[in-house]
Amino acid sequence: MIEAVGLTKHYGKTVAVDNLSFTVRPGQVTGFLGPNGAGKSTTMRMILGLDNPTGGQVLIDGKRYRQLHRPLRTVGALLDAKWVHPNRSARSHLRWMARSNGIADRRVDEVLELVGLTAVAKRNAGGFSLGMSQRLGIAAALLGDPSVLLFDEPVNGLDPEGILWIRNFMHRLAAEGRTVLVSSHLLSEMAQTAQELVVIGRGKLISQSSTAEFIEQASENTVRVRSPQVDLLRAALLGDGATVTDDGVDGALVVHGMEPAAIGELAAARGVTLHELSPQRGSLEEAFMQLTKESVEYHAHGDEVPVQDLPV
Amino acid sequence: MTLLAVERIKLFSTRSPWWCTLLALALPIGLASIIAANSNSDFPLTVSLTQTGYTFGLIVIMVLAALAITTEYRFGTIKSTFQAVPNRTAPLVAKAVVVTLLAGVVGEAAAFGALGISKLIKPDVALTLSSSTEWRNVAGVGLVYACGALLALGVGMLIRQTAGAVSILLVWALLAENLVTLIPKIGVKIQAWLPFHVADHFLNGGEPTPRGRDGGPAAVVYHLSPWGSLLYFAGVSLAVLIIGIVVTNKRDA
Repeated sequence: MIEAVGLTKHYGKTVAVDNLSFTVRPGQVTGFLGPNGAGKSTTMRMILGLDNPTGGQVLIDGKRYRQLHRPLRTVGALLDAKWVHPNRSARSHLRWMARSNGIADRRVDEVLELVGLTAVAKRNAGGFSLGMSQRLGIAAALLGDPSVLLFDEPVNGLDPEGILWIRNFMHRLAAEGRTVLVSSHLLSEMAQTAQELVVIGRGKLISQSSTAEFIEQASENTVRVRSPQVDLLRAALLGDGATVTDDGVDGALVVHGMEPAAIGELAAARGVTLHELSPQRGSLEEAFMQLTKESVEYHAHGDEVPVQDLPV
Repeated sequence: MTLLAVERIKLFSTRSPWWCTLLALALPIGLASIIAANSNSDFPLTVSLTQTGYTFGLIVIMVLAALAITTEYRFGTIKSTFQAVPNRTAPLVAKAVVVTLLAGVVGEAAAFGALGISKLIKPDVALTLSSSTEWRNVAGVGLVYACGALLALGVGMLIRQTAGAVSILLVWALLAENLVTLIPKIGVKIQAWLPFHVADHFLNGGEPTPRGRDGGPAAVVYHLSPWGSLLYFAGVSLAVLIIGIVVTNKRDA
């Protein structure tokens, strides 16, 4: 269980995290979602006691990170897979971490086996591919068999196989009753990984809800209808207060602001035959953009460039 | 205790400390053998002369110590370190103990190695440690290395970048302290209180500076006894280290 209360971090005049409060519960994967620069990594560093909050606090199982005895046994984290000495072997890297928290060397070999790095354990970590480094980072996070796990953008730059492996791994960790917090800037990735979402933008909390709820509330739901009596249907819908636009492909209508059931009932009451009645779910990325467009730190203005007239 | 083991694993599981150790031994011993081979009746070999190269080893040891902390910042392992042990003072002190012990041992090995090789090259010259001054000349090198390592660690903690920390140490020890003499009148007086000069006074004090380290017309007059000089050097080093630890505790990792 992670509880952030009024967490705030200023770097000079820049406000990286602004009065952020959220709760991460055990037994499920919680996605920590926000555009780049939203303050996700800063928040994770504050959870781990690496950065000192300007205000507020974050508690892990009721304690500040610095109060934890042998913290690797409570919290495992992978913030950056490249945080290893390139000329130190994978095994030595894990060995010093294990030793510092009274973890037996046997456990080092166990986690190496778990992430599939046993064969390269004696090789220098500097020569690892991104996927291997990521696995080493996960091995380090699992060393102390912790009940809380933090992963910062764990699938960034991985190939599909690596992404799938990490995703399944997180599900397994959560199913074991652990608290798992995973950050990402991709909602589509989170939708497949997380059951709960904490969404932030510009350091502020935008929402905390289940992933399904978030998508539900964020995306605009529309209904696509086709009918041989298009004009009759359109008039009936407009008369009932719905907004109707033409789909343009095959004479279908797109209805905003009315549930499929209501449309069906309306059509039946007016004796209109329906050939299609299909709810359209807005895409995840649309939903995400919708909610965070106010809070993206770095905008690209490419699409605002005026089209220049060609000389005649 | 466990933290000492942790820092020992960290230090010796990469290659650069091994190379630095080797270099810190080879330079003073190599220089001693060249000096011994070229000594004659006009240029007699003495115990203190065999230790001429200690500065080279000291510089290398300070580079090793600075690297021990700056590479942690360079590669981000400092975050893992503080994640594993959130009470930052503990791992930093453990690192200081391990690095200082190594520096001390290397210093003693380099000093006695330099003396030994000189004896081998010039068996006729009586290079015996008969006086306390001669003992200090040789056995003191390890103590100076140990203090130098503390100082370099402190600078490394404050600067956090290898290039920055190493250049500050090199410029300070090799350049700045010697250039102070250029200031008329007070230059020499200031020099008497500069840490590396005072450390040199600990090793070679009590006899006229044989190496003319300063080279200027006016000789530096030290106000401290040789052992007082060591305490002074140790105190300055420890102060820098403590500032480094305090600042590290306050800063974001």
